[in-house]
Amino acid sequence: MNPIFQGLITIAIGVGGIFLYFIASNAFLDKVLFPAKGPNTSRNINRANTIRPWLFMAPTIIALSLYLVYPVIGSFYRSLFNRSGADFIGFTNYTTMFASSEFRTAFFNNVLWALVVPSVSTFLGLLIAQLTDKLRWGNIAKSLIFMPMAISFVGASLIWKFVYAIDPELGVINALRVNLFGAAPLDVLQVAFWNNIFLMVILIWVQTGFAMVILSAALRGIPEETIEAAIIDGANPFQVFFKIQVPQVTNTIIVVFTTTTILVLKVFDIVYAMTGGNFNTQILPSYMMQFMFRDDGRATAVAIVIMLIVTPVMVQNIRQARAEMR
Amino acid sequence: MDNIAGRKPALIVVTHVTVAFIVLLWLIPTVGLFVSSFRDRDAISASGWWLAPFSTEQTFRGRGNVEDVTQDGDLFVLTGNAFNDPEIESAFPNREGTIAGFGNSGRSPGEYPPGAVADLGDGESLIMERNGDYIFTVTEDPGDRGPRFYINAVTPPSFTLDNYRTVLTAGGMGQAFINTLTVTVPTTIIPILMAAFAAYALAWMDFRGRAWLIAAVIGLLVVPLQLALVPMLQLHYNLGIGQSFLGIWLAHSAFGQPLAVYLLRNYMIGLPRDIIESARVDGGTDFQIFMKIILPLSFPALAAFAIFQFLWTWNDLLIAKVFLPSSEEAKVMTVKIADDLLGSRGGDWGILAAAAFVSISIPLLVFFTLQRYLVRGLLAGSVK
Repeated sequence: MNPIFQGLITIAIGVGGIFLYFIASNAFLDKVLFPAKGPNTSRNINRANTIRPWLFMAPTIIALSLYLVYPVIGSFYRSLFNRSGADFIGFTNYTTMFASSEFRTAFFNNVLWALVVPSVSTFLGLLIAQLTDKLRWGNIAKSLIFMPMAISFVGASLIWKFVYAIDPELGVINALRVNLFGAAPLDVLQVAFWNNIFLMVILIWVQTGFAMVILSAALRGIPEETIEAAIIDGANPFQVFFKIQVPQVTNTIIVVFTTTTILVLKVFDIVYAMTGGNFNTQILPSYMMQFMFRDDGRATAVAIVIMLIVTPVMVQNIRQARAEMR
Repeated sequence: MDNIAGRKPALIVVTHVTVAFIVLLWLIPTVGLFVSSFRDRDAISASGWWLAPFSTEQTFRGRGNVEDVTQDGDLFVLTGNAFNDPEIESAFPNREGTIAGFGNSGRSPGEYPPGAVADLGDGESLIMERNGDYIFTVTEDPGDRGPRFYINAVTPPSFTLDNYRTVLTAGGMGQAFINTLTVTVPTTIIPILMAAFAAYALAWMDFRGRAWLIAAVIGLLVVPLQLALVPMLQLHYNLGIGQSFLGIWLAHSAFGQPLAVYLLRNYMIGLPRDIIESARVDGGTDFQIFMKIILPLSFPALAAFAIFQFLWTWNDLLIAKVFLPSSEEAKVMTVKIADDLLGSRGGDWGILAAAAFVSISIPLLVFFTLQRYLVRGLLAGSVK
């Protein structure tokens, strides 16, 4: 069957089905199970209202438990078995992994990614947010810097493949090297260690817009009096920025930083498309994809390591959300 | 704040320049791709995309014109114009151009300046003027294959849609485009509806365990999707779904839930309490309140999430690689580009650029038209 046609049918069935589920389950609850009439009217209404929230949430709860909660257990369980899944091998997948030098490279690189990308993109985002705030064409500038957000990581990788191309008639970097400095063209993706940085540049290019948009809103939310008072007291623009404005948006900076960190631990596309993990540029998500479809036991072991790294952030997020709700 | 004392004009100039510089830096990569996608292979290898709007010197080769041969003793004299040569004329629409140099070997195509006499030995010679007129003298009867000559000529900037034509028809990108659309549209619409009901329950209905559930949703926001790949694909196979469009629709719809519920609940909780309570007093059921009041009022948040989900599913590579079959007819554009084009067409930059631009055109369109909602959604998600 034609996939478009199939897609249209799915939309109809999906949307119609969900509506039908809500309407029918509501009607069943109110008319059949606990009808708001007869001798137990008020008790029935109360009971119906206790159950209704769960009716509303049922599809989401099922989807979440199946696709996000169960996999945590399922992945861990699978990681204790060998390649075929037939033999229980305990933590052998983990010990093999920790012993392999490629894993250690991937882990080290990932730590580097998790430090560099969030710091640089948050810093640049903050800087651009502050600079554009003063300009009449600031919104256009922001919109253009924000634009890479809409581009896929694969698209972004391809865009930067052009920038990094070895041919000086194609790659901007090598054109500058050859024409300005008279140096020989060079494949920047093969330069040891620095190639990691060149890959990070791509994600920074994508993510700075996100940091900028959020920090720009936070900066605008600062009470003007604090800034005015500082200026009257003779603070120069740098002092106003670093000593008055930045301290007041610290919380937002932390949110942006952690959100970007989490993202860094998920993105495998850039490394996959640019180097395929060669030249010592492997990171954990792309390392996992090497084993996907080949050795599910080792693939899930890598996934569990990623999960463990994310866990502190998760706990912190939950704690903060609960504090805010009180 | 512009009217506050203490702002120095010099600093404002520096700000303008800095921002302009950053914007330029941010745009250059994309512009490079965009320009390259309209240039053919020869143009790309001849000059950088930043020179595309200017005329460039390119090398061409042609053959002496055998329709105009006169015999002069032992010698055969061929006359003609280089820009009328069948191999050259396509690059010069008016059959006019400027010769920068000419020669008879591919190794040094521009050896002689225009107007000079190239002595080719044994009495053979080639004279070419700046406008391309030449006199080629050879010792052997050329028959119907004229002798080779090479020119360096200044070519006008040329742009072509051929890359797009190739990509959309022959490259399989047309099919991939349709596949991406097939994955994206249902997985944008369906999860919104599911999440909206749940978000309403979490925002406005009172029940035990509500705070606990909200915390769970916030926790699930950061669970790496990598965890779901192996166990869920296994489950899909056990259920008979396998790698299919149905599988990826289910997966994307579920993976979108935490963000959807989180964003929508944050928005709904901010709706005025009075409206909802007076509706309750008037006897409205939760279902009616949701359908008639909450859903219409939440439009901005629904739009924001829809944009997120659309961009994320359109741009996704990971889920598509795992949950869709790897056969040619089921490939989405990101997979197509990452796995096929970067490998097989690694050197064909024009085609690569056009393919990339096809895949990012729709997200860019969505981005620039609906940016307002996107920003609002981002802010609802992270600043409180």
